[in-house]
Parts: sequence; structure tokens; C-alpha cells
Amino acid sequence: MTLALDLSGPQATPPVPREIDPGLPTGDRVFHGAARTVGVFVLVLTGSIGLFLGLQSIPTFQHYGLNFLTRSEWQPAIDQIGISAVVLGTIEVAVVALFVSFPLALLTAVYISEYAPGRLKSMLVSAVDLMAAVPPIIYGLWAVFLFQPHIIYVARWLHTYLGWLPFLHVNTDPHAAVWEQSRYTSSVFVAGLAVSLMTIPLGCAIMRGVFAQAPIGEREAALALGATKWGMVRTVVLPFGRGGVIGGTMLSLGRALGETAAVLLIISPAFDLKFRILEAGTETISALIAGNFGDASATQLSALLSAGFILFVMTLCVNTVAAIFVNRSRSGAATEI
Amino acid sequence: MSATQQMPAMPAPGSVSEAQTPPVPRRVSGRDVDEWFALAGSGVGSLALVWVLYENLLALSGTLGFILCWYAAFLLTYAGVLSVAHPWTVVKDRVASSLFLSGAVVVGAGLLSTVVYTFVRGMAALVHINFYTQDMAGVGPTAPLTQGGVLMAIAGTLIEIGIAIAISLPLGVATAVYMTEVRGRLSKVVRTVVEAMTALPEILAGLFVYVVLIVRLGYPRTGFAAAVAISVTMIPIIARSSEVALRVVPGGLREASLALGSSQWQTVRRVVLPTAKAGLATALILGVARGVGETAAVLITSGASTYLNLNPFQDPMNSLPLFAFNAVRSGQDLYITRGFGAAAILLVLVLTLFVIMRLLARGQVRSR
Repeated sequence: MTLALDLSGPQATPPVPREIDPGLPTGDRVFHGAARTVGVFVLVLTGSIGLFLGLQSIPTFQHYGLNFLTRSEWQPAIDQIGISAVVLGTIEVAVVALFVSFPLALLTAVYISEYAPGRLKSMLVSAVDLMAAVPPIIYGLWAVFLFQPHIIYVARWLHTYLGWLPFLHVNTDPHAAVWEQSRYTSSVFVAGLAVSLMTIPLGCAIMRGVFAQAPIGEREAALALGATKWGMVRTVVLPFGRGGVIGGTMLSLGRALGETAAVLLIISPAFDLKFRILEAGTETISALIAGNFGDASATQLSALLSAGFILFVMTLCVNTVAAIFVNRSRSGAATEI
Repeated sequence: MSATQQMPAMPAPGSVSEAQTPPVPRRVSGRDVDEWFALAGSGVGSLALVWVLYENLLALSGTLGFILCWYAAFLLTYAGVLSVAHPWTVVKDRVASSLFLSGAVVVGAGLLSTVVYTFVRGMAALVHINFYTQDMAGVGPTAPLTQGGVLMAIAGTLIEIGIAIAISLPLGVATAVYMTEVRGRLSKVVRTVVEAMTALPEILAGLFVYVVLIVRLGYPRTGFAAAVAISVTMIPIIARSSEVALRVVPGGLREASLALGSSQWQTVRRVVLPTAKAGLATALILGVARGVGETAAVLITSGASTYLNLNPFQDPMNSLPLFAFNAVRSGQDLYITRGFGAAAILLVLVLTLFVIMRLLARGQVRSR
């Protein structure tokens, strides 16, 4: 009885063909929509920073014209604003930082990946990660109060014996009985050294990641052919990791360009177009913004935003090139920081 | 013993006589007694040499310079000592390995001295209870360390980072879910832009928020503005690290869940996110560690109060990095000590986060 009733049910309605692609259930459609919305929002938010800075710099270029790029003085009081000295200072600090951090990051990365024994290795990896997490302000304090009083002796030595190189010259007499210590402080050199501390862990982590992926077969082949450890490192590990070394170094450069707090603590502002890295006084874009935003009029704020835009473009270019190098060097897990 | 020692060329089986020593594998790393002596001897010898020359004969000064000279002299002596008994290849290898070691030592010393120095300089302020329980309202610049403290900065940091987490964690994780699970047409663009923005200088994030919120919208400088600036830098970091965490969730788990009839939302909520829990926590802590130390962005968005302000939507707020920054710039000795104290608290905060992150990461490895 009941069986007959059940069978008669489907026969009552005409057969509907099964839907091959029923589409997403409502819940999933909402989920997809929400996730897409957030993704697009983050895209717009982060992308708009660059767009916004770019748009804001239009009035500046209208007001100051190309002089904005070529002039060096920053004197809002008499409406004379130029960015060239600041851009030069930014690049100088970053280059000095790179000069110090590149060899140290490379040596440390090779040591960790090739020489360090097991337990020390994981400790060192943690230490480098920790170093990346230490706030920049703390490196700034360290550089100003502990490091600067010692490094000025090295700066004076460089000036005394290599002062004939134009960029190591300082306008003071290094042989004076009481030498002017203050001429050697607050310089690009000291700022660059402080920034290098922040860029070392970044470069080191990426390089180590790439070195660790050097194929074990090729390492053993080098050793089996009689190579010393250094021979193995030189012929297998370093060539294999070249992309990571370049990429990691450029990522550190990108970081160094935008460093603010430590640089602001160390340098004394000066808007001269000069290459003398040991001499007191320089200015970087980020320090300029942090130091001058407060009492800026509308025009000056726009000028600061244009400076920010230049910094943005610089870091973006450097980081994009770095990302290409790192991705090309067959390293997937090496880019997390 | 030495790297160039000849190995017997493939002894035929059974031909090894008792007089012949069995082949010893070549040592690739490590040192024997001979080399330890060479190392120690070069170290002491170069120290003595530089001791005599430096300041006395060459009239140089400065501790750092002394160490640099000693190091250069050591490398030369070491190479010389080794070249007496070893061929050039071995000398190069040993010198290279000590170079690599010294690179690591310098980096380690930099980190260690930073941490230790911050605590040593801040200790005078850190030992007073009032440093943690009072604010700086009405405390003069020359007031002794038994008066005033950084309570407002601690509270400000916690409030700002709390708001920043509330904003950036959902947005960051949702973006990561979009990039790995939903995968629309735009996901590639989102990934590229997010990746580029992880390197955004913090000052630009601060400037962006300053101009949009404070100059254009006329919003006052508050803790909330600072929190927004912090989250702008935290979102890309969290999104990128969570994406990595979600990507390592095995595809088989997703397929099993979908095959059992659950929708994609259920799969993400009940399978993917719980599996990647530890990775997501790491991403969060990575973002927080960056956000907590943010100085430049906070400097231009929050203002700096000297009094305890628990309302992020009204009046300026202080935070630990900002307080440390302003304190050391003041030039007052006692204030600088307070600044170092604040920096030390900040460092403890970061160290704690770091240890938690390590433990989580270890748990993740073990559970796999």
C-alpha cells in the first residue's frame, strides 16, 4: 500500500532534467562575495596610498616646477623648496647601510647555512629573526648613545688617511690637538651604520634560505672531487644563491631607503648637496617628513607629500626588482619576513 | 689530517695488509689540535703586536679601531702560520671559515649589545615601581626617577595595537582567504600589490593617514588615527604571511571536506582555517611585532600626551616607542633614562611576542 503510494509520487510531476552545473549554494555565494569585497578593499586601500601620494604631488610640481627636483635648499619661509639634497642624502644613507650590511649579511648567511653546528644553527636562525623584530627606535638609541662615541674615531681615521678621496673628506683638521668630535657625529656614515643593523636580518634571512636550497648532490660532488669546504661554498653554494644574494640585498636597500626613526635620531638636518659622508649633517626623505609635517602650510604639506611620493617610487622600484630576483632564484620559502 | 692527504687509490678487496692503515676519510670541517694552536697563537700574537703598535708607535686611538686593527693583524698572522705547514688551498679554506665565523660574531654582538645596552641604561628607571604605575602629568623634566612613569605609554601602546589588530587581522586573513581559496580574477593583482606594500616605509603610511584623516577630514590627532596608520602597515604583512600559512594546508583535506558535501565556506571555516591556526597566529604576531615598534607613523598621527588617556577617539595618546623617541631627543639625562626604560619595556614586549611565535611554530612542526 505505502509502496504503491510512494511510487506514484514522482510520476505525478513531469520529469525535470538534472542540472549539470547547479552553481554555488547561497552560502558560498555570500562567502565569495565577502572575500572578494575584502580583497578589493585591501587592494584599493593599499593601492590608493601610491595613487594618493602621486595626485598630491601635482600641485607641488605646478607651483615649483622642475626646480623642485633640482634645487637643494628647503626654506619654506622664503618659498624656496627643492628636493635634490634630500634625495641624495636618502641614497647616501642607504648605500652606506648596504656597504656594511651586504658583507655582514652574506658572511652570516654562509656561516649559518654551511658552518654552524646543529644546535647553534637553530639558535642563530632565531637570533636573526629576533633581530628583524627589534623595533628600529631601539637600534637608533643604541647607535646614538653607545656606537657613535666609538665610531667617530674610525671616522677620523678614515678622514686622516683616506681624506684625499672627496667623499671621505671633512671640513676640519684631523690633526688638531683637540679635534672637533662634533664634526664627525650625526653624519651619513653613522646613520647608515645604524640602518644597516635593520637591514642585515632581512638580507641574511633571504640569503640563508636560498643557500639552504643549494642541491646536496652538487655539494657532495664538489667535496668528492677534493674541494675544501671553502671551495665547495665558492663553486656550488654561492653561484647557486646568486639570485637570492642580489634580491636579498636589494630588499635591504628598499628597507634602508624608508627607515625613519633611527635616522631622525641620529642626523642633524642639513640641506647641502654634498657627498662627504663622514661630515655632520644630512637629510633623508623620511626624516624630512617626520621632522617637518607639524608646522607645514598647505603648500609645504603638498611638497612633503611629493617627497613621500618620490620615496614611494624609489622603494617600489627597488622592491619589485628584488622580488623578481628572489622569485627567480628557485626559492619559495625564503621570502618571509 | 690535512685536506690534501692522499687517499689510497681503491684498494682491491682483501689486499689490505696489516702494515697498511685503513683509509681515513678526509675531514671537511672542524679543526685538529694543530690548527687550534695555530688559531689561538695567531690570536694572542696579533693582540700583542697591535698592543705594542697601536697608540704607542702609530699614534692611533679609539677602542673600535683597536679591535679592527687586531682583527686585520689576526687574519694576516693566521694565514702566515697556516702557510708554513699547509698548501695554499688549505690556507684559503681556513681563512675563509674564520671570516664567515667573524661575520656571524659581529652580527650577534650587534644584536646582543643592543638588547643588553637598552636594559642597562634603562635599569635606573625600571627598578622603581612608579615607573609602571604613574604617568608623566605634572612631572617636571628634572624630577627624580621616583616620580612619574610611563603608564600612559604602556596603556597607549596596548590600546593602539589592540585596535590595529581588530582592524588588520580580519582584513588580512580575509584577503589571504581570497588569494588562496576563492581565487578570483583579481587575486593575482591583489597578491602583487599586497606584496609590494609589505615594504611600504612606515612614514608613508603615517603620512597617508595624517593627510586623509587629520588634514582632510578634520579629525583630531588621536590614538585611533595612530591605530589606523599601524594597521595600514600591518595588513599587508598579515595578509602575506597568512597566505603562506593557508597555502601549506594540504589540498587533500579540502577535497575530503568538499566530497563529504560541505560547502566551500564550511570547508574554509571548519577545515582550512583550523588547520592553519598556528600559521595564522604566527602571521598575527609577525604583524604585531612590526606594529608595536612603529615610531614614525605614530609620531605624526597620535600626538604625545603626558597624561593617561584611555579613550582612543579623543585627545592625543602616547605610546612606548614614541615616548622613548621624544625622551631621548629632550637631552635631559633623567629623561633619557626614562626613554631607555620605555625602550626596555617595548623590547620585553617584542621578546615575549617572539618567544610565543617560536613556541607556536615549533608546535606546528611537531603536530605535522
